[in-house]
Amino acid sequence: MTHLLISLLWIVLKVLLIALPLLGAVAYMTLAERKILAYAHVRIGPNRVGLFGLLQPLADGMKLFFKEVIMPTKANPVIFILAPIVSFATAAAAWAVIPFNPGWVLANVNASLLYVLALTSLGVYGILMAGWSSNSKYALLGAMRSAAQVVSYEIAMGFALVGVLMAADSTNLQDIVLHQQGGFWHWYWLPLLPLFIVYWISGVAETNRAPFDMAEGEAEIVAGFHVEYSGMSFAIFFLAEYANMILISALASVLFLGGWLSPFEGIPFLGPLFAFVPGILWFFAKMAFFLFLYVWLRATFPRYRYDQIMHLGWKVLIPVTIVWIVIEGLLIELKVAPWFS
Amino acid sequence: MIIEKLIFYVFSALLIGSATMVIVSRHSVRAAFFLIVSFCASAVLWMLLEAEFLALLLIFVYVGAVMTLFMFVVMMLNLDKEAVQEKFVRYLPFAVVIIALMVAVLVFAVKPSHLGDLGHAMSTHQAADYSNTKVLGMLLYTHYVYAFELAAVILLIAIVASIGLTHREKANNKRQRIASQLAARKEDRLEIISGMGENE
Repeated sequence: MTHLLISLLWIVLKVLLIALPLLGAVAYMTLAERKILAYAHVRIGPNRVGLFGLLQPLADGMKLFFKEVIMPTKANPVIFILAPIVSFATAAAAWAVIPFNPGWVLANVNASLLYVLALTSLGVYGILMAGWSSNSKYALLGAMRSAAQVVSYEIAMGFALVGVLMAADSTNLQDIVLHQQGGFWHWYWLPLLPLFIVYWISGVAETNRAPFDMAEGEAEIVAGFHVEYSGMSFAIFFLAEYANMILISALASVLFLGGWLSPFEGIPFLGPLFAFVPGILWFFAKMAFFLFLYVWLRATFPRYRYDQIMHLGWKVLIPVTIVWIVIEGLLIELKVAPWFS
Repeated sequence: MIIEKLIFYVFSALLIGSATMVIVSRHSVRAAFFLIVSFCASAVLWMLLEAEFLALLLIFVYVGAVMTLFMFVVMMLNLDKEAVQEKFVRYLPFAVVIIALMVAVLVFAVKPSHLGDLGHAMSTHQAADYSNTKVLGMLLYTHYVYAFELAAVILLIAIVASIGLTHREKANNKRQRIASQLAARKEDRLEIISGMGENE
């Protein structure tokens, strides 16, 4: 019994080791987003609270925490409260299988790729529940848009992941990283370039971020699914959105950019020079690149229209993935070096 | 072992409870939510059988995709639940006959002897390198390959048929034609009128 208790305590400790830095990352991602967007707009951005505005996330958090949580009359109270919880729980639970370094993973399960896919597909329920239980036209419209969008892009995302597991011959995320060993040109972004791009686009769509933020669409439907949420319940949605962004960035790094592997591996002079850098730093650097890409996309592209989103998802991304899976099968069959030999 | 049993009983109870609520609930959206809960609970039970591929697929396909579309429709329709359910009592005798038939079929067709030793004992654990995904793939692509391909073709036919049935090109279709938009050149859209602003 004590043995069981100790292992349970270890798991809780590991969960905290992942969850607390994740919350910190979410908080500072909001600041980073505002700063990068500001520079993209030739503004300065938040710089009043603390040095360079570094305490801004804390101030925002305090503000949201002390605001009143309003529930609309005729809203469905149980589902209205559950919706943000579901949103955040699915975003957080997926982190259980992300490998940060060799062996640094909470649950090293065989089907971790499928697990991540299943959990990201569950995230849409938070939005659907919020939209329906608010008893508001705008919220319902936002939820409908989100459901249609997530279902469409999930297929393209799933096919992109099929390509990855074909290449790695495994659904374990740690094995997928280990299969990419050998430096920058051995990572899967190169042999699976179309799938990498499709994965990234559908990842952005899946997290409802600009230019796919139709579910919020503040110019059309106010704030979409979370229009009736205020204070802390809104903050949870916000947390879930950013946790999902970081998750998609982490997954993109693990699946296509070799996770914790150094880009200079196997290169004569640079390889040994950068050998001292711990793997987790490479992993964070790759994640930071993708997170920057998120904000960059938001600053660059106008929002898609509904029919354009559907066109892109069904008629462009899915055919691209299917064609590339066939080509990849040929590459594997012909044992094309250095990826599939 | 105790924890496993605990998980089994908790989620079995959850499964039975939520499945009952699906048919008892008087509100269609709430019933759909309970169906999602029952899918998740049965996924946990499959996970206990070390069928992780099937369990995750159940969540991914049924909860993530099928039920999302289902919710989509149910929320859009916003059925008048009282009016719909009032008339249902009329069919009670017919329903009782159907239920009796189905229970009889189940009792005769699925005897405990069919389940083998799976019926009673807890399943034994597989070795650590056991991969449910690989085993399932091996079986599907060797022993059941014809049945598998047949199912795939039937599904393809269903997809083609449903698109064929619903996709009608309307005369006043306002669909965006991206190719023709991209093919547009400056000369097509822009006309420079000469002679204006010469006498400044």
